[in-house]
Amino acid sequence: MDLARYTLRRVLLSAFVVVGVTFLVFVVAQVVPSDPAALYAGPRPTVEQIAKARVTLDLDAPLPQRFVRFATAMGTGDFGVSYKSRRLISQDLAVYLPATLELAIFSTLLALLLGIPTGVIAAARRGSWLDRMGSLGSVLSVAMPTFFFAMLLQLVFSQWFGILPLSGRLSQQISISDPLPFVTGFNLIDAVIAGRPAVVLDALAHLILPALTLAAYPAGIAMRLTRAAMIEILARRHIIAARALGLSAPRILFGHALPNAVGPALTVIGLSFAYALTGAVLVEIIFAWPGLGRYVSEAILSKDFPVIAATTLVVTLCYVVMNLVIDLTQTLVDPRVALT
Amino acid sequence: MSALVRRLGYGGTLCLAVIVSFALLALFAPWLSPYPDQGMGTPNVIAKLKPPSADFWLGTDHLGRDVLSRVIFGARVSMSAGLLIVAFSLLIGLPVGLLAGYFGGWADEALMRVTDVFLAFPALLLAVLLAAALGPGLLNSIAAVAVTWWPWYARMARAEVLVLRGQPYVEAASVMGVSQGRILIRHILPGAARPLLVQAALDVGPALLTASSLSFLGLGILPPTADWGKMVDEGRKFFPDRWWVSAAPGIAIFLLALAFSVLGDALRDREGDKRRDAA
Repeated sequence: MDLARYTLRRVLLSAFVVVGVTFLVFVVAQVVPSDPAALYAGPRPTVEQIAKARVTLDLDAPLPQRFVRFATAMGTGDFGVSYKSRRLISQDLAVYLPATLELAIFSTLLALLLGIPTGVIAAARRGSWLDRMGSLGSVLSVAMPTFFFAMLLQLVFSQWFGILPLSGRLSQQISISDPLPFVTGFNLIDAVIAGRPAVVLDALAHLILPALTLAAYPAGIAMRLTRAAMIEILARRHIIAARALGLSAPRILFGHALPNAVGPALTVIGLSFAYALTGAVLVEIIFAWPGLGRYVSEAILSKDFPVIAATTLVVTLCYVVMNLVIDLTQTLVDPRVALT
Repeated sequence: MSALVRRLGYGGTLCLAVIVSFALLALFAPWLSPYPDQGMGTPNVIAKLKPPSADFWLGTDHLGRDVLSRVIFGARVSMSAGLLIVAFSLLIGLPVGLLAGYFGGWADEALMRVTDVFLAFPALLLAVLLAAALGPGLLNSIAAVAVTWWPWYARMARAEVLVLRGQPYVEAASVMGVSQGRILIRHILPGAARPLLVQAALDVGPALLTASSLSFLGLGILPPTADWGKMVDEGRKFFPDRWWVSAAPGIAIFLLALAFSVLGDALRDREGDKRRDAA
C-alpha cells in the first residue's frame, strides 16, 4: 500500500471512529440514565416541571432523530448547558481544556526527559545499577495506583521537604490578588506573554508533582523501549565503524545511535499523552488542578450528564487526533510501517 | 515446592504466595480480622482516628473502625473485582474474536470496527462514563470496566485464529468433513485460548487497579462495605497528618497488583519458552 492510500485509510477510519464514539457517548449519557428530565428539572421537581424539561430536552423524539441532533450539536461545539450550574459547557471547556492539556504535554515531556536518557545509558551499560534500578522502577510503576502515588509525592515533597506546593495551579497570592490575563489558558505561556518570570516559576513549581505522577509509568516504558532499540542498533555495522574511527562514546550514543530510536519515542509520546488524559481524572482531584478531570468528576457526583458526555467526547477526540498524528508521523519517519 | 519454583522462578513463587495469602484473607475475613463487625462497617466512634497501637495494629479510621479489619474485608472486593473484570471481558472478547477471525469477510470487518470504537476511548474515562450512568455498586463498576476491556481480547483471539486457521491439522479436519462449529470449538478454541489466558492472568493487576480507581472516585461498591480504593479516598481528608487511614489500603492495592503482574510475567516467559521449544 502506498503512503497516500495508507494516509487516506487512516483518516477515514478515524472519522468513522469519531462517529462511533459519539454514538456510544450518546447512548450512555442520554439513553441509559433513568430520567434525564428529572435531573434537568432540578431538586424535588414537580410533575409539570419534569414535563416541561422533557420538551426542552426533546426526549420524546425518536432515538435516531435525537442522535442526529446530538451529533450535530456536538459537531458545532454546542455542548448544551450544565444541569447543575446552568452555565454553557463550551465556556467551561474553554477554561478547563488548556489546563488539562498543559498538564498532559508537560508530563509527556517529563516522561521523555526521564525515560530516554536512562534508556540510552542502560543500553550502553547493561547490568549497571542504573539499568537495574530502571527495570525495577518500571515494574513497580505498573502496579502503583495513580491516586496513591500522587498522595505519596505530596507527602514527601510538600509535607516533609516542603520544596513544592501541595496543590493548585498557581499560588493564591497570584491567582487571587494578581491574576494572569487569560490569553491561551496555558499558564506557562500566559505568564511569558505577560512578562512575569516569577509567575512562570510559580506555575512550573505547581506543575511538577502532578506531572511527575502522570510521567512515572510512561517514563518506565520509554526507558524499556529505548533500551531495547539501542541494544539492537549498537550492534549494527555503522556503529562498529564509528567506534573503529575512534569517535567518543557519547558522540556515538547520542549522535549516531539515538536518532534511530525515534520510533519508540513517538510510541511513548502517544502512550504518555493518552495516559495523562486518562489519569487526569484522578490526579486533578488530588492536586486540586482545575482541569477537565476535576470538572468531570464533579459532574459525576451530581449526575450532570451533559457535562460528562461533552468532556468524554472532547477528551476522546484529543486522543483520536493524537493517535492519528502519531501514526502518520511514524510512517514519515519509517515508511515501512505503511506497507504492513 | 521446588517444582513450583522451577516453573515460576523465585519471584513468581513469592507472588503466588502473596496472592494466595490475600485470597485466604478474603475468604476467611470474618475469622481472621480482629474486629469483624467493624470490618463490615459498624462504626466505633469512641476510637476515631487513633494511630496504630497494640489494640489497633494499623490504627482506626474517621468512624473509629479498625483499619486492619477493613483492609482484610476489602480484599474480598478488590480480589473479586480484578478476577471478574477479566473473566467477563474474556467471555465477551473470546467469542467475538473467534467468530471474526474464523469467518472473516464483512463480519470480521464489522466486529473489528466496533472494537476500534471502544479502543478509541481512554479506558478509564469510558468506564467512568458507564459507571456514572449505571449508578454506583460493585457489579456495575465491574461491568463498566469489562466493557472497556473486552476489545483487547477480541483482537488477540482474532489474531490467534488467523494463524491457527491455516494450520495443516485444521485444514485436514475441514477436508474430512468436520463441521465448522466443531472445528471452531474443538480444534481452534483450545489453541487460541491458551495465550489469552496468560494475558488474562497478566491483566488481573491492571483490572483491579482500574476498579480501585473507580471506587476512589465514588463509583464502586457502596459504603459501609470496605473497599481499598474507597478507603484511600476516605483517608485523603486526613492525609498526611493521619496517614495510616490511607496508607494501609493503598499499599494493599499496590502489593496485590504487583504480585499479579510479576506472576503474569513469569507465566508469559514460561509460555514463550514453550512456544519456542515447539517451533
